[in-house]
Amino acid sequence: MNLITTIKIAVRALIANKIRSGLTTLGIIIGVSAVIIMISVGEGATQKVSISFSALGSNILLVHSGTAFTKGMRSAIGSKPTLKMKDVTAILKNNSAIKTAAPLVSGSSQVIYKNQNWFTSIKGTTPEFFVMQEWNVVLGSKLTEKDVSRETKICIMGQTVASNLFGDLDPIGKSVRIKGIPFKVTALLEKKGQSLMGIDMDDVIYVPVTVAQKRLFGSEFPGMIHIIMAQAINKQRIKAAENELTLALRQSHRISYGKEDDFTVKNLAQILDIAESSTKIFSLLLGSIASISLLVGGIGIMNIMLVSVTERTKEIGIRLAIGAKPRDIRLQFLVEALILSLMGGFIGITIGVTLSCLIAHFIKFPIIISLPSILLAFVVSGMTGIFFGFYPAFKASKLNPIDALRYE
Amino acid sequence: MSLIKTEQLNKTYDVGDHCVRALDDVTVNINQGELIAIIGSSGSGKSTFMNMIGCLDVATSGKYYLDETDVTTLSVNHLSEIRNKKIGFVFQGFNLLSRTTALENVELPMIYSSISTKQRMAMAKEALSLVGLSDREAHLPNQLSGGQQQRVATARAIVNNAPIILADEPTGNLDSQTSYEIMELFCKLNKENSKTIIIVTHESDIANFCERIIEFKDGKIVKDKEKINL
Repeated sequence: MNLITTIKIAVRALIANKIRSGLTTLGIIIGVSAVIIMISVGEGATQKVSISFSALGSNILLVHSGTAFTKGMRSAIGSKPTLKMKDVTAILKNNSAIKTAAPLVSGSSQVIYKNQNWFTSIKGTTPEFFVMQEWNVVLGSKLTEKDVSRETKICIMGQTVASNLFGDLDPIGKSVRIKGIPFKVTALLEKKGQSLMGIDMDDVIYVPVTVAQKRLFGSEFPGMIHIIMAQAINKQRIKAAENELTLALRQSHRISYGKEDDFTVKNLAQILDIAESSTKIFSLLLGSIASISLLVGGIGIMNIMLVSVTERTKEIGIRLAIGAKPRDIRLQFLVEALILSLMGGFIGITIGVTLSCLIAHFIKFPIIISLPSILLAFVVSGMTGIFFGFYPAFKASKLNPIDALRYE
Repeated sequence: MSLIKTEQLNKTYDVGDHCVRALDDVTVNINQGELIAIIGSSGSGKSTFMNMIGCLDVATSGKYYLDETDVTTLSVNHLSEIRNKKIGFVFQGFNLLSRTTALENVELPMIYSSISTKQRMAMAKEALSLVGLSDREAHLPNQLSGGQQQRVATARAIVNNAPIILADEPTGNLDSQTSYEIMELFCKLNKENSKTIIIVTHESDIANFCERIIEFKDGKIVKDKEKINL
């Protein structure tokens, strides 16, 4: 019996029970579209995490100063001001795995321009910081080594601060006051958006590190810096960079062998890995929940095919009597199940992709619809049809022609 | 040369604690071109015999040669092929596929043998014209009268050029006028197309159309006689 005839017979049988076929397909449609949406959302989330982390720069190591240890009580990381500018110099010297490093001195303050004011975080750093962050200026000129060494009172502004202080005005060249000291705005940074934690990364002002130390936040511990940010030359050398960093700092701080570090090194790549693997687990979870609905849809097909076999026992009997081989009957029912599930798969993909696009459009969540996931959904729906269609088809083919003919 | 030959054919069914002997040592010879009626009361084994001859059922013991092939040893697929090529069935309840036109019903046996779509259609049309239903090709079974449905079923039985037609109570659902028409059709197919036709019936007037009458009782052949042509 040729395949075209088989398909024709199957299609005719399915059309004869339109509502039933439609409802059966609905199970698969829901399953497949759920799988597609969930995979799209999951992959979108994974990408969002990677993007947020790459905003921090790639292969970044963060060094915090150590914890204060007073009368047996340990305080938080960074509570003891152990890091100085000479540590940054020490890190940059003779270290093969470290590409560059920059200090960060941070605080926050009210910033005033004419009758406008805005509370924001102020960070002192060096030009290397912007290189590591791959953060460019859109207006004005970059921070330079000269600004740092000459302690010029200039500031580089994030977009949020600029729009709050200046509105539509061009901020370049304007003078703002921070803690009563006038600063000239020399540059506007490009927009970076929100960090993973939801913090607005554009709500910030950068000043030369020397100015921050001496004029803004230096009163408590002169010469201290809060964080050193270092960048490894590539992903493979991050561990080596971490070791070099630790060694350089221990030497710089004259910590003898066996004594505890007075600083903490954090590897952002590790955090990224953890965050990525947790979003992967998240998408896997979403995917498996969606697969359950596909499974349920498959069981629906099996159920309906079993009903169909029972209902058409007489037809099977007639076909067997006039010379259909058991395998012809098996094929006929298998093709029916396959058509149901593939049709469900096709419609499900259409709905899934459409809904994913709508989600992306209306709730501004990044969605990635990948071709492999669509193909996978289609193949899986086909396999569902074969898997769940096989038993009913097998049952049909095993019918005894005499009993089947007698069936009313 | 006998077309159908059985030797001590037995069929027993297990019904709970005891056995029912549906066929008891049935030995019979049927030649090519015969028109035979099988009669007997219900439960006499005539239907079982028919299923056996039609390769729908397998004997418990004994031999059955169809066209000199031992059928008792064949596989399920072989039996399907024999039913397809050598035997045409006509049932009491017509057993046409609903929602399927007369022409497509007649085409059905050829779907399961390797005949091209085009040839299939031509052969089906020819068979339908042979039973006098050329003008009913596109009708669905429920648009046809009982007699017409039985004609379609007969067309389906002969379409694959099967030499044997097995009819199980073909007139059971028909009024006597239509019954005679169907029987005349069988006679015509027997005479003009030299089909071997075996009809199971319990109506003596139907049996009287046939040249040979075999009577079953309790699974045994109790009478097997050639009707004397008047």
